[in-house]
Amino acid sequence: MQRRRFLLAGAALVPAWGFGLARADDDPPSPEWEQLRGQLFGDRPIATEGPALPLLEVPARAADAATVPVAISSPFDQSAARHVKTLYLVIDRNPSPVAAIFRFAPESGRAEVVTRVRIEQYTFVRAIAELDDGSLHLASRYVKAAGGCSAPAGKDPAAAAANLGQLRLRVDAALEDGPRRARLMIRHPNTSGLAMDQITRYYAKPHFVREVTVSYRGRPVLKAELTFAISENPDFGFRFLPGGGGELEARVVDTENLAFTSRVAVAVPGTP
Amino acid sequence: MPVLPLQRPVGRAAAIDRGRPWPDHGVRLLAALAVAAGMFLPGAVRGGTVDALPMVEAAPGVFVHRGRHEESAPENGGDIANIGFVVGERCVAVVDSGGTPAIGRALRAAIRLRTDRPVCYVVNTHMHPDHLLGNAAFREADRDVRFVGSVRLPAAIAARTAVYQAAIAAATGQPCACTGGENAAEAAAEARPVPPDLLVDGEMRLDLGGRTLHLRSWPTAHTDNDLTVFDEASATLWAGDLLFEGRIPVVDGSLRGWLAVIGELRTVPARHVIPGHGALGLAWPQALVPQERYLTDLAAAVRTALRQAKSLAETVDAADPAQVGGWQLAEAYHRRNVTAAYVELEWED
Repeated sequence: MQRRRFLLAGAALVPAWGFGLARADDDPPSPEWEQLRGQLFGDRPIATEGPALPLLEVPARAADAATVPVAISSPFDQSAARHVKTLYLVIDRNPSPVAAIFRFAPESGRAEVVTRVRIEQYTFVRAIAELDDGSLHLASRYVKAAGGCSAPAGKDPAAAAANLGQLRLRVDAALEDGPRRARLMIRHPNTSGLAMDQITRYYAKPHFVREVTVSYRGRPVLKAELTFAISENPDFGFRFLPGGGGELEARVVDTENLAFTSRVAVAVPGTP
Repeated sequence: MPVLPLQRPVGRAAAIDRGRPWPDHGVRLLAALAVAAGMFLPGAVRGGTVDALPMVEAAPGVFVHRGRHEESAPENGGDIANIGFVVGERCVAVVDSGGTPAIGRALRAAIRLRTDRPVCYVVNTHMHPDHLLGNAAFREADRDVRFVGSVRLPAAIAARTAVYQAAIAAATGQPCACTGGENAAEAAAEARPVPPDLLVDGEMRLDLGGRTLHLRSWPTAHTDNDLTVFDEASATLWAGDLLFEGRIPVVDGSLRGWLAVIGELRTVPARHVIPGHGALGLAWPQALVPQERYLTDLAAAVRTALRQAKSLAETVDAADPAQVGGWQLAEAYHRRNVTAAYVELEWED
C-alpha cells in the first residue's frame, strides 16, 4: 500500500520536473516565468546556451534587497551585421516582473547595462537578449533577497525630495579602444507605491523614472523603459562608441512627466 | 561634574509607593483604576498571567530591560532591544516599548511591580519595530497615554507596514500578514504600531512630577527620526539606537549624518547611558568610541573604493564582516551597511 502510494506520488512529480531537468541549467523553470515568457515572446524559441547568451551578474544573496546590483552584458560588440536590439530584465517573483527593457543601436558599441534593482522575494532574475535577427537568448540567476519593493522608499525622504532630478553623467577615461563606458546617476526616490500607510490605509502614489534616453552626437545609444523595480537614485552604466568626439546627452522622464537632461562633452585622445 | 540637586527626591520617587494615594483627584484615580483593569484583561482573556520583564535599575528610578544581541526569532520573541521606563512622583514614562505587543504587556507588568503610578508617556526613540511594536500594550491599557516621538516618526511608521508585519512574523513564527492567509487580519493588527500624538521637533520637556525628561530629536543619523531622552534628575541618557554596543550598528539613515550627530551627542553631560542595544554601565562618552570607529572605517573604506572606481558589487564583495572588530551580527548587517554607505557617498564632492 505504502509502496503504491509512493509510486503514484513519484508519477505525479514527473511532468513538473521532467522539463526542468531536460533544460540547461540557465533556464530553470518557475511558474511565473512560464507565464511571462508566453506573454513577452509567445512561443518563439529562446536559446539558453550558445555564444550569444548575455552575461548576467547578480549576487546569489543580496546584502540589501532594495539595492541589488545587476550587470547585463552582451558577449560581442555591436555591428550593423549583428547586434543586440533589446535586453529585457525580468525578476520572476516581483510584483511587476518586467523590471526594465533596454534598447540599443549598432552605435551603442556593446549592449551593456549596470544598474541596481529592488527584489521582493527569493526569485530568479533573467536577462533576455533579442538580436537583430529576431533570435532570443536567455541567462538566469537565482537571488536570495526579500522585501525590496515594499520596503520604504528611502532612508531620508526629505533629502530625496529636495534632490530630485539631479543628474550626473560621466564618461570613463579611455583605457582601451572600442566602446567607452559611461554612467548616468539620477537623484530620484523612485517610489513603488507598494508601501501602505497603516493609519490612513492609503498607498503612496508611485513616482518613478519611467524612461531614460541616451544619445551621442544626436544618434541613439540607449533607450530604457523602466519601472519602480529600479532602486532609489537610479543608476545606469552603459557603453557607447566615442568616434571622433562629441556630446553625450541623457534625458530622463518620470511618471509625473518631469523631464531632466544632462550633457557631457566627450574628447577622444588624438583629436583636438 | 554637574551638581544633581534632585537626586534625593528622585530616589524617594523611585521607591514603591503603594500606600499613598495618587496625587490628583478622583478623575485620575478612576483613570488609574482603568489602567489596572486593562492591565489584567489581556492576560485573563488568554487564560494566563503576563510575566513581568526582568529589569535592571540603571539609575535611581530608571529601569532598563536588556534585549538580546540576536535576530528577532520565536526563541527570543522579538526581545532584542533595550527598553524601559522612568518613574516620576506623578507618573511613569516608558522609553521604547519592545518588539511585540506581548513584550509591551510584559513591560507593563514590570512597571506594576514597582509603582502604582500611571504611565503618562510612551516615548519611541525611532521607527524600528523592535523599539515600538509594544506600544499597543499601553494603548489598550489606557486611552489617555500620550505617545511621543520625533516629528518625522509618523511618516516613517506610515511607510513601513510590510516591515512591521515581517518583524511580527519573525518574532512569533506565525505567517506574515503580508502573505494573506487565514490569520492575516490578526497578524496585521499585532503589527500595527500606535503612532506618536506628541511630536518633538527639536526639544521638548516632559514633566513626570518632580522629575523632568529632556527630549531631543536629531538630524538624520541612525534613521531620520532619532530621538534621545535625558533624565535630568539622574543625568541618564537614553541614546536609543544612536548608540550600539556589542551589536553591529545599522545605517538606516545617513552615515555622514550619524558621524556628525555622534560629535554632538558626546557633549551631553550624562553620568549614565542606555544604548539602544548593548550593555549598561558604559563609561560616557567613551561608549561612543567603538561605534564611531566602525562608522569612520566604513566611510573610509567606501570612499577608497569610490576613488578607485569600484562598482557597488565589487565593493560589497570585497567587504569582510570578519574584519570589522568583532561586532555581533556583522555577517547579517555589515554588507548592507557597505551598500548604504556606497549609495550615500557616491554623491559626494
